[in-house]
Amino acid sequence: MIRLVPRTETSPLYAVISPVAAILATVIAGALIFTFLGYNAGEALYHFFISPLSRIDRITDLVVKACPLIIIALGLVFCYRANIWNIGAEGQYIIGALAAGWLALSFPDTTSPLLLPAMMAIALMAGAAWAAIAALCKTIFNANEILVTLMLSYVAALVMDVLVRGPLRDPMAFGFPLTPMYPDAGLITRMPLPGIGYVGQLHYGVLIAFALAPLAWWLLHRTLPGFQVRVMGSSPRAGRFAGFSQKRTTIGVLLLSGGLAGLAGMVEVSANIGQLQPNVSFGYGFTAIIVAFLARLNPIGVIFAGLLVAMAELGGDNAQIALGIPKVVTGLFKGILLFFLLAGATLQHYRITWRGLHINKEHGETSS
Amino acid sequence: MTLLSAENITKTFGTFVANDRVNFSIEPGSIHALLGENGAGKSTFVKMLYGVLQPDEGRFVWEGQTLRITSPKMARRLGIAMVFQHFSLFPALTVAENIALAMDDESRLSGLRHRIREASDHWGLAINPDRPVGELSVGEQQRVEILRCLLQDPKLLIMDEPTSVLTPQESLRLFDVLRRLADDGCAILYISHKLDEIMELAGKATILRGGENVGEVIPRESSTRDMAEIMVGNAVDWIERRKSHNPANSPPPIFAVNGLNRPAASAFATPLRDIRLEVRPGEILGIAGISGNGQEELAEALSGEWLAPDAEMICLDGRNIGHDGPEQRRRMGLETVPEERNGHAAVPDMTMVENTFLTQYFSFSSGLSWVQRQLAYPDLGREATDAIIRAADVRTPHSNPMANQLSGGNLQKFIMGRMLSTEPRVAVISQPTWGVDVGAATAIRRALLKLAEDGCAIILISQDLEEIFGLATRIAALNNGRLTESHPATDLTAEDIGLMMGGVSEEEARA
Amino acid sequence: MTALILTVLATSIPLLLAANGELVAERSGVLNLGVEGMMLMGAVSALGIVLYTGNPYTGIVAGALAGMAVSLIFAFFAVTMLTNQVATGLALTIFATGFSGLAGAPLVGKTSESLPKIIIPLLSDLPWIGPVLFAQDLLFYLAFVIIAATSWFLRKSRSGMILRAVGDNHHSAHALGYSVIRVRWLAVAFGGACAGMGGAYIPLVLTPHWSEGMTAGRGWIALALVVFASWMPSRVVVGALIFGGITIMQLAGQARGWAIPSQVLSMLPYLATIVALVVISMRGRSSYLTVPACIGKPFHPGS
Repeated sequence: MIRLVPRTETSPLYAVISPVAAILATVIAGALIFTFLGYNAGEALYHFFISPLSRIDRITDLVVKACPLIIIALGLVFCYRANIWNIGAEGQYIIGALAAGWLALSFPDTTSPLLLPAMMAIALMAGAAWAAIAALCKTIFNANEILVTLMLSYVAALVMDVLVRGPLRDPMAFGFPLTPMYPDAGLITRMPLPGIGYVGQLHYGVLIAFALAPLAWWLLHRTLPGFQVRVMGSSPRAGRFAGFSQKRTTIGVLLLSGGLAGLAGMVEVSANIGQLQPNVSFGYGFTAIIVAFLARLNPIGVIFAGLLVAMAELGGDNAQIALGIPKVVTGLFKGILLFFLLAGATLQHYRITWRGLHINKEHGETSS
Repeated sequence: MTLLSAENITKTFGTFVANDRVNFSIEPGSIHALLGENGAGKSTFVKMLYGVLQPDEGRFVWEGQTLRITSPKMARRLGIAMVFQHFSLFPALTVAENIALAMDDESRLSGLRHRIREASDHWGLAINPDRPVGELSVGEQQRVEILRCLLQDPKLLIMDEPTSVLTPQESLRLFDVLRRLADDGCAILYISHKLDEIMELAGKATILRGGENVGEVIPRESSTRDMAEIMVGNAVDWIERRKSHNPANSPPPIFAVNGLNRPAASAFATPLRDIRLEVRPGEILGIAGISGNGQEELAEALSGEWLAPDAEMICLDGRNIGHDGPEQRRRMGLETVPEERNGHAAVPDMTMVENTFLTQYFSFSSGLSWVQRQLAYPDLGREATDAIIRAADVRTPHSNPMANQLSGGNLQKFIMGRMLSTEPRVAVISQPTWGVDVGAATAIRRALLKLAEDGCAIILISQDLEEIFGLATRIAALNNGRLTESHPATDLTAEDIGLMMGGVSEEEARA
Repeated sequence: MTALILTVLATSIPLLLAANGELVAERSGVLNLGVEGMMLMGAVSALGIVLYTGNPYTGIVAGALAGMAVSLIFAFFAVTMLTNQVATGLALTIFATGFSGLAGAPLVGKTSESLPKIIIPLLSDLPWIGPVLFAQDLLFYLAFVIIAATSWFLRKSRSGMILRAVGDNHHSAHALGYSVIRVRWLAVAFGGACAGMGGAYIPLVLTPHWSEGMTAGRGWIALALVVFASWMPSRVVVGALIFGGITIMQLAGQARGWAIPSQVLSMLPYLATIVALVVISMRGRSSYLTVPACIGKPFHPGS
């Protein structure tokens, strides 16, 4: 039987080694599973991990795909560092997209350059407000935020559905549940690479993601509120001793992560879809949770983790086309990687020991 | 025949001798008290009786047979039962289910409920077997714990500080139950530091001090004074006391607590009742007491972690600060050092620099505006941290380690140094040298004396009497959430302090 | 009308089974968000085995075993290795969804044998409820038997009491000598087996083929259902019918041109769940109806 014993010292080298070890272990485990199910492991691995990097337009696809994941995950980092388990980023994303869409569709003829920033602002506020519901439930009623945020995700998807098929529907869309297209002022246009021109779907929204990451790091490590978040997540009693408030921290991180998820929703729709439809999220809110953990809750790590997960997603697309493997199989790698990473995080603080099961007849008690 | 005797029981933890050749015996049907301060060795001894620990030397003789008690299950089979200070109950389950889970035989629930009702009637421990334990008062929960024990027909019932969670009326009811049990032939071993209870209840009292059995007393033939003296020993009489200021030329009090009441925050917390104290600059007010009498609650009330209902309850230099939080109190020059280093005074997995920032963040911001204050961050305090480490002689394994990489003594020196670096006007210090090596302890005590010399008013909450007597100019005791009058240290003997800690009022003591 | 009730009941069975299993795991203090993944594993395994053996009853066993197998992965990480339960559960869902997709790819397009209906004599002739309740397949009956057994187990058996104790206060349970780790492994395994059977019901009875994501989010709904039912199996039945019924009402409502948008109806169970959760949490730990106090907290003896 495995027993965990707390370590007396934590080695900082470990924090660097364990993600690398986890990635290696994942590749090996994945290869084994593929072989077991009768596929050629080498080919599969190539399509998953190498092909997404093989062409410039694939690399930009990677970045585009990672963009919403990074934005959402940055917000989640704050929540999880504070020990607040927001798993409703999916719903907050949807509500943000919805609010921004409503604004854009309310001014269909505008060409104002203020529309886009206004959409961003409203998306932030709407996502934050959606998360605020869970924050209030927790701070006033002590309700578990995991369950409340999860429920709110379902509600958000239904709200989007109702509005898109109803008041916001495009009367000229032949009965399809689509809103009219946003005015051009409400779209995020494609971004050309210097010297190369337009590549794939690369859009300006990507800059937001890459700008937010260092900003998030700065907020977490170079400001007082960030310090508060880290302390309250690590030692709430020390936080109260310092004069920090648990309630304010809870509300703050939920508003922040909800807002960022909402912003991601707005960016994704304005950049890639251009109108609202019942399904604007493809599980980004949940995938972002994986990204946050892969990044070991470090804002700069979120960039790498986001790109890695995006790579796995795109790799899955390629594998589907090339080998007929269903797209969901990327989940295999993501899941295994997360398992190993989580175990690695535990092993940083505990050692494994083996104890046999002793049944001591004289004392009639089992000890193990 | 003696029910149980312990011969030369010794237990050591590393270099610390918790029990030193303790001899002890208890007769069937007697109520026997075990008296002693914190760290005297009571709980270690009792854990060995209950099979949780094993003695390094010595032996137990139970009903004439020498044996080793190797596990709680074995202890229970022998007929030894124990009610701990902290209950192992399940709030969402009923009384009957809670008792069933603790029984070693797998009795059927319906039969058990019947037995519970019978037992509760017989012993006068009114309880409804079908109520969820979470709905019961603490006194009722204790009854569940006691019933759990009684249903196994014990011959020896050990109770660890049982009245610490009871109201006076509930305590009296408990005593009735215990007397009835004793009449029925069950021996009771009653751990307590409350002298008047021991006087009332116990037929015999064994007093432990420093791990040794220092006296057997028959309360009826003795007095609280005698017991207090034995409990505390007279070593403190030899400690040179600090003289308090001559009232005529001493400065007025800078810090006062006026009638502070704090209701118990949870079932196991101690309510604070009408706390009054005042401290003058340069004074050290020592607050003695056995742990669990409200020390933590008082410290939190003074630090601002708990806000008083009325601002006037706490007064610093003429200002009512009862409604101010820890940050504001620190800005006004009130610093506190809590009992617990890890996770309270310091964050274990953060660096020293970050731990300095924990209490000094407001002094690192570049300005007073809200925005400027939010932009403060730990690294701004690097120099300040280095200064603290140098001044407090903190030994670090490398530069900027995490708090959990320091030894206990070094971390405590850092925490004290952090407090001293702000040159506070009032300091509330809890247990400054607990778990700290001798070198660090001496340095810390010296630092506290210097702090007082520099004009700070200090409140020292400690369970270490030698420390209190060595440092304090005035001494009071905290008992059951009440604070006694403070007396100049020079006026108090070991007996006096023992009485104060034991909850005996002055009038009672003189009687 | 009978057809309507039948449909509601039939579509509720996967939900019932999955929620019942998750309920037991949560009562022991473990939050397993991997229900959707476990159901998919059950579905693909059931279909695969039936295509191989031709006997639909083997599908039930295969579904249970598959669900249990992946749940043990979760148990290893979350219970023994003390990993974060939220993240581990999500990892399980993503992993199992992927694995089942991979394993199911060769099965696409194939149709299998469904579970035959077993008509209980006499009872099935009762008016109204007869044909609906007593002319169903084995897994249907089994589902209700399992739920009744779970309810009895939790309320009346000693082992069930121990499980509830572990979820209420794992430190006290440990102090009393009970193995928290072992109880939680067993609870998680049971949850996996139930989820697997729930998933198996879909290809075995509802739609006898494989398609990705054929559980259509039922695993997530099951998580909501557990809270809605205040962690009591009897209420799971009621709740499943409501959750399941709402979906049917949606379709019926659309057909009849009801004014209330169907999505609003669909929202109601989730909103009601939030309200129920708030009410339960407000009352603290002083009643029978509580959130299992240790839910989501890893257990380590020293802490």
